[in-house]
Amino acid sequence: MTDPSSSFSHADGAPDTSDAAPTVGLFVTCLVDLFRPRIGFAAVKLLEAAGCRVVAPRAQTCCGQPAYNSGDNGHSRRIAAQVIDAFEGVDYLVAPSGSCAGMIRAHYPELFEDDPAMHLRASALASRSYELVSFLTDVRDMPLAAIEARFDGAVTYHDSCSGLRELEIKQQPRRLLSAVEGVRLSELPSAEICCGFGGAFCVKYPDVSNKMVEEKAADIVATGADALLAGDLGCLMNMAGKLKRQGAPTRVYHVAEVLAGMADGPGIGEADIGEAEEDAAPAPADT
Amino acid sequence: MQTTTPQFKENARTALANPQLQQALTKMKVGFVERRAQARAALPEFDALRDQARDIKNHTLEHLDLYLERFEEKVTAAGGHVHWARNAEEARRQVIEICRGVEAKSVTKGKSMISEEIALNGALEEAGFEVVETDLGEYIIQLRKEHPSHIIAPAIHVLKEQVAEDFRAHHIQFDKARPLTEPRQLIAEARQVLRQKYLDSDVGITGANFLIAETGTSVIVTNEGNGDLTQTLPKVHVVIASLEKVVPTLDDASAILRVLARSATGQEFSAYTTFSTGPRRPDDPDGPEQYHVILLDNGRSGMLGTEYQDMLRCIRCGACMNHCPVYGAVGGHAYGWVYPGPMGAVLTPSFIGVDQGGHLPNASTFCGRCAEVCPMRIPLPKMMRHYRAKEYEEGLAPPAMRFGLDLWGFVATKPRLYRLATRIAMGLLGRLGRKRGRFARLPLAEGWTRHRDFPAPEGSTFQDQWDAMGGAR
Repeated sequence: MTDPSSSFSHADGAPDTSDAAPTVGLFVTCLVDLFRPRIGFAAVKLLEAAGCRVVAPRAQTCCGQPAYNSGDNGHSRRIAAQVIDAFEGVDYLVAPSGSCAGMIRAHYPELFEDDPAMHLRASALASRSYELVSFLTDVRDMPLAAIEARFDGAVTYHDSCSGLRELEIKQQPRRLLSAVEGVRLSELPSAEICCGFGGAFCVKYPDVSNKMVEEKAADIVATGADALLAGDLGCLMNMAGKLKRQGAPTRVYHVAEVLAGMADGPGIGEADIGEAEEDAAPAPADT
Repeated sequence: MQTTTPQFKENARTALANPQLQQALTKMKVGFVERRAQARAALPEFDALRDQARDIKNHTLEHLDLYLERFEEKVTAAGGHVHWARNAEEARRQVIEICRGVEAKSVTKGKSMISEEIALNGALEEAGFEVVETDLGEYIIQLRKEHPSHIIAPAIHVLKEQVAEDFRAHHIQFDKARPLTEPRQLIAEARQVLRQKYLDSDVGITGANFLIAETGTSVIVTNEGNGDLTQTLPKVHVVIASLEKVVPTLDDASAILRVLARSATGQEFSAYTTFSTGPRRPDDPDGPEQYHVILLDNGRSGMLGTEYQDMLRCIRCGACMNHCPVYGAVGGHAYGWVYPGPMGAVLTPSFIGVDQGGHLPNASTFCGRCAEVCPMRIPLPKMMRHYRAKEYEEGLAPPAMRFGLDLWGFVATKPRLYRLATRIAMGLLGRLGRKRGRFARLPLAEGWTRHRDFPAPEGSTFQDQWDAMGGAR
């Protein structure tokens, strides 16, 4: 890790303009850590290609959003304090999720409004925390030539709500995707409408959530795209789960996997090997 | 109005299974959204106007007592009367007294959500008055004995074929063989029926989109002109309005009007914007003999100075529900009380209590689209989150959820334990799910797997893989 004093130079959130490679603390996110580590490795590859040194602070678990959105501010604060401690020494915190990055950027300072010392620390971390794709483009100004990836087929893109509305992520992934060889973007007309995931919402209100993801899946299939991409694994698992249940052939990847040239393996919800035919039919019970 | 909000989940299931409703909602979701987007695109200063509108209301709310008293003075000076109502019961009684005072038989009404909030129609009918709604949508749902499902399009859940059936059932004076397939045929018939009602009416009741303090004026916006006939033809005009409708000046009302219709229907302006100040003066060609304003509190003053004060900026345009994916899935009736959609998710617990209205702030994905389009820049998701916190603090959150949160919070604040627990769980799930890459059923995840497959994890966590390759910490 860098000298902690270096973080003060970026406390205003200004891009790092020094020649030295900035240290990026990868906030893996709980879903990527547990379900799809390859997204984390894709993020590492992209950050390194953008000239960063990547560390993965050990004491990270979750950003606290499940507790925060459930009104449990006590646990939210304790989890946030843990993240603030763990990432205090890095130049930037970067997460392959607009939802978690939005939590840290937009909501950590709110959590400590009554605690001036923690509020200061939360605001300092918030100002140097970014979602992966927007960090690569807006902060690192990553040249398109640095993207060395190929993906043959048409893809469509879902703009996850937190990234879109809390962090204004819209053009960034499309710009980087334009550098991927072989890919064609077929825009999703309902790209900015929620997929129905919403964290605990999808299990608290399963029928409403189902209606939302059902419409989303129909829109995705109607684009005729070979693959669906987005920047948040929660939304992707929801949409992939619906597409698989319906037997749709659409494959599902995190945008970082495609940008890093790591989307040659199974998509989300697909088995490791030779499952292409079985994918065409709804899966029977596994347990 | 009786609430079914505690049964939101059952209401939602019923709504999802109603094909007519789903057909109506599909149309709604496209129309309103596209028209608002076009209106916004055509007005470069739209977002600056939203800031101005927000600031006007914030200023007014900081000095609400001053502006309300100014309003009352001006109404009185113009020969009208202001009645202060603390709650629904007082408001109903005041309206009934005014009607009895002129020995009214028939009452016509313009569209008013306050009327719904205080359950005025039932009270007036019980007191012996004939009550006729004159807004076409309101008239339709009055015939159907329903409540509005949308605040600006009360009958949006009804298909035109259903309206034709209702008209045939109620308008028995007309030829049974008449055609009622086209909207214009339905409108012409409603107009013919309602025209006589206006002429027979003794008291006309309207809501108000604004109350203007500097002039003592009430303002309504409509597209059908029914509000004008309602308030001009009878002897008495009664305005029922809630406290937060007041703005300081005519200029302020004009500024907010520029964002109201654009946000609501995508129109630059509603077809009719009507300003009423006092009763008919000696030289006026028309107008009522009496002009009354019922100023309703009903929980609003209790929101002042709290984290919910921003909600009092709401101008009831309906943009939040037009853009809400949850409203779009279940429609307005599922919300179970007067105000549906994101505005209802804040207003309902504010007015009837979080114990009754608690589902609504929870039934949101926090997608943020409502706040994005709100002309008054009300942070709706933030206020819903405040209600979730209030629920949690008061111990109203479901026990299973509390247990889950406590367990998760306990483990998530102990990284070593978290690593161990997730290593075991993901290892197991990864092995079980490897063959297919997903689960069609999973214990404890029925809410998920009832409708979709659950993608299986890779098996080992990122953290373990990072350690194994000697990644930097």
